[in-house]
Amino acid sequence: MPENPRPDDNTIICRCEDITLGEIRALIAQGYTTIDEIKRVSRAGMGQCQGRTCRQLIAREIAQALGITVEQVELPQFRPPTRPIVLSTIVEGEGNE
Amino acid sequence: MSEYSADVVVIGGGVVGCAVAFELAQRGCTNVIVVERGTLACGSTGRCGAGVRQQFGTELNCVLARESVRIFEKMDEYLDYEPGVEFRQSGYLILAFSDKQWDQFKKNVALQRSLGIDVKMLTVDEALEIVPFLNTEGMVGATFCNTDGFANPFHTTFAYGQAAKRLGVRIMTHTTVTGIEVENDRIKAVVTDKGKIATDTVVNCAGAYSGDIAKMAGIDLPVWGERHQILVTEPVEPLMGPMVISFHHDFYFQQSVHGSFLGGIGLPEPKGYNIMSTVEFLERMAATLKQLLPPLTQLRVVRQWAGLYDRSPDAQPILGECPPVEKFYNANGFSGHGFMVAPIVGVLLAELITTGKTSIDISKLDMGRFARGELVFEPSVVG
Ligand SMILES: Cc1cc2nc3c(=O)[nH]c(=O)nc-3n(C[C@H](O)[C@H](O)[C@H](O)COP(=O)(O)OP(=O)(O)OC[C@H]3O[C@@H](n4cnc5c(N)ncnc54)[C@H](O)[C@@H]3O)c2cc1C
Repeated sequence: MPENPRPDDNTIICRCEDITLGEIRALIAQGYTTIDEIKRVSRAGMGQCQGRTCRQLIAREIAQALGITVEQVELPQFRPPTRPIVLSTIVEGEGNE
Repeated sequence: MSEYSADVVVIGGGVVGCAVAFELAQRGCTNVIVVERGTLACGSTGRCGAGVRQQFGTELNCVLARESVRIFEKMDEYLDYEPGVEFRQSGYLILAFSDKQWDQFKKNVALQRSLGIDVKMLTVDEALEIVPFLNTEGMVGATFCNTDGFANPFHTTFAYGQAAKRLGVRIMTHTTVTGIEVENDRIKAVVTDKGKIATDTVVNCAGAYSGDIAKMAGIDLPVWGERHQILVTEPVEPLMGPMVISFHHDFYFQQSVHGSFLGGIGLPEPKGYNIMSTVEFLERMAATLKQLLPPLTQLRVVRQWAGLYDRSPDAQPILGECPPVEKFYNANGFSGHGFMVAPIVGVLLAELITTGKTSIDISKLDMGRFARGELVFEPSVVG
C-alpha cells in the first residue's frame, strides 16, 4: 500500500465543530485515546452530523499514535435519531390525543 | 499478594470520585488510587444535564448546592484547568402550576433566602420578561435564582482528575473492581481485574452501581439505578437565558453555551441498568415543549441518550461511613442532583477521611437514617 502523505495539522477534521487535526493530535498526546474521550473534551463529533465524517479520521489518528489497527480502536455508541428530526413533526405524528 | 497499595481507594471515576480524590490529595493524602471501569466521566456524569441549582426544599441540600456554586465560580483557577469548566450562571426559572405548588415554593424560597441564596418569586408577567415565548396557560408564578446555572460535566471531571494526578493521585481507567476483602470489619484490599490493591480505606463513588460495590464488602446499601433520558438539539442563536423547570410536568429544558438545547422529562422506570433510548421519550418531550415553550418545537433533535440516576429511598445522597465495616465511606445515592453538589461533597468526604470531622454537618445523610426511619425527603426533584 502506498504511504499516504501525513495530512497537515491544520486540516479540519470535524467540520461541524471546526476542529483541526493538530488539536486532535494534541489531545491524543495528552492521553485522550478513545473516540468518546476526544469527543467529550473537544466536542468533535457532537455537532450536526454526529461524527459521520470525523469518527473514522479520529480512529485512524488514534490507531497511528498507539500503534494499533483502526479496528482495535474503541468505537462510540450510535444513538438515535439517525438524522436530525424537527420536534414538531414528532408531536404531529402522535395521533389525536 | 497485592500488586498495588494505597492509603485510600476511590471506586468510580465520575465527577464525585475525581472530586474526592483531588480534595484528599489537597489535604496531603496523596497515596490515592481511583479505579474506573471505563474512562473518566463515562457513567452518569457524562450523560447528565449538568444543571447547578440552589433552589431546594431542604436546608442541607440548599447549603450543599450553595457551597458548590462558590467552588464552581472559581473552579478554573482552583483546579488550574486551562480549557475551563464552562460554568455559566444564567439562572433557573422554576414554574408553578398549582396553588399547592406555589405554597410549597413560598416555603422553599423563605428557606433559601434565609440561607443567603438570592431567589425571587415572580408573577407570570415577570417570568415572561425572562422567557417571552413561555406559554403561561395554567401557570401561577415562578421562582428565579440568577446564580444558578450549569457547567460542562466532562471538563469538570477532567479538571478534577488532572489536578488530582498532578498531586500524585493514580487514576486507573479500564479497570473494574470485582471484590473487596474485609476481615473482622476491616478492609484489607480492593480486588480488580488488573490486580489487587492493598488498602484499609475505600470511598464508594460508583454512582448507580454503588449498591453492587457495597455488597462486595458485605454491606446492604439501598442505592439502585433508574434510567433517565435526555436529548440535545442542533445549536441555534441564543434564545433562552435560564434553565426552565416544571416539577408539575417533571420537565427541564436549557440552552447550552454552544447554542444547542438540552432537556429531559421523567417517565415511570423500573429499577435497573437499562440505558437504551425510547421513542416514547421523544414524543413526551415534543408534546411538553409544545405546551410550555411552543416555538422550540421548531428545533431539530440531533441526538438522544440515557443515563442512570443513582437513586436512594429518599432521593438524598448517602454520605459517610457505614458501620460495622470500618473506613468504608459512601458518596452516592445522589438521585439526579449529584453533579451540582460534587465539589462540596469532595471537600466534605476528604475532611471526614483525613480528620474525622466535617465543616458542614452531614450526619443526617448517613446510611443509618434508613434503619432509624429518619428519611430526609426533598420536595424538589425533577426529570
Ligand atoms: C439524564 C440525566 C440528567 C441529569 N441531570 C443532572 C443535572 O442537571 N444536575 C445534576 O447535578 N445531576 C444530574 N444528573 C445526576 C448526575 O449525573 C449524577 O448524580 C452524578 O453524575 C453522579 O456522579 P458520580 O461520580 O457519583 O457517578 P458516575 O458518573 O456514574 O460515576 C461512577 C463511576 O463508577 C464506575 N464504576 C461502576 N462500577 C464500577 C466497578 N465495579 N469498578 C470500577 N468502576 C466502576 C462507572 O463506570 C462510573 O464512571 C443527571 C443524571 C442523568 C442520568
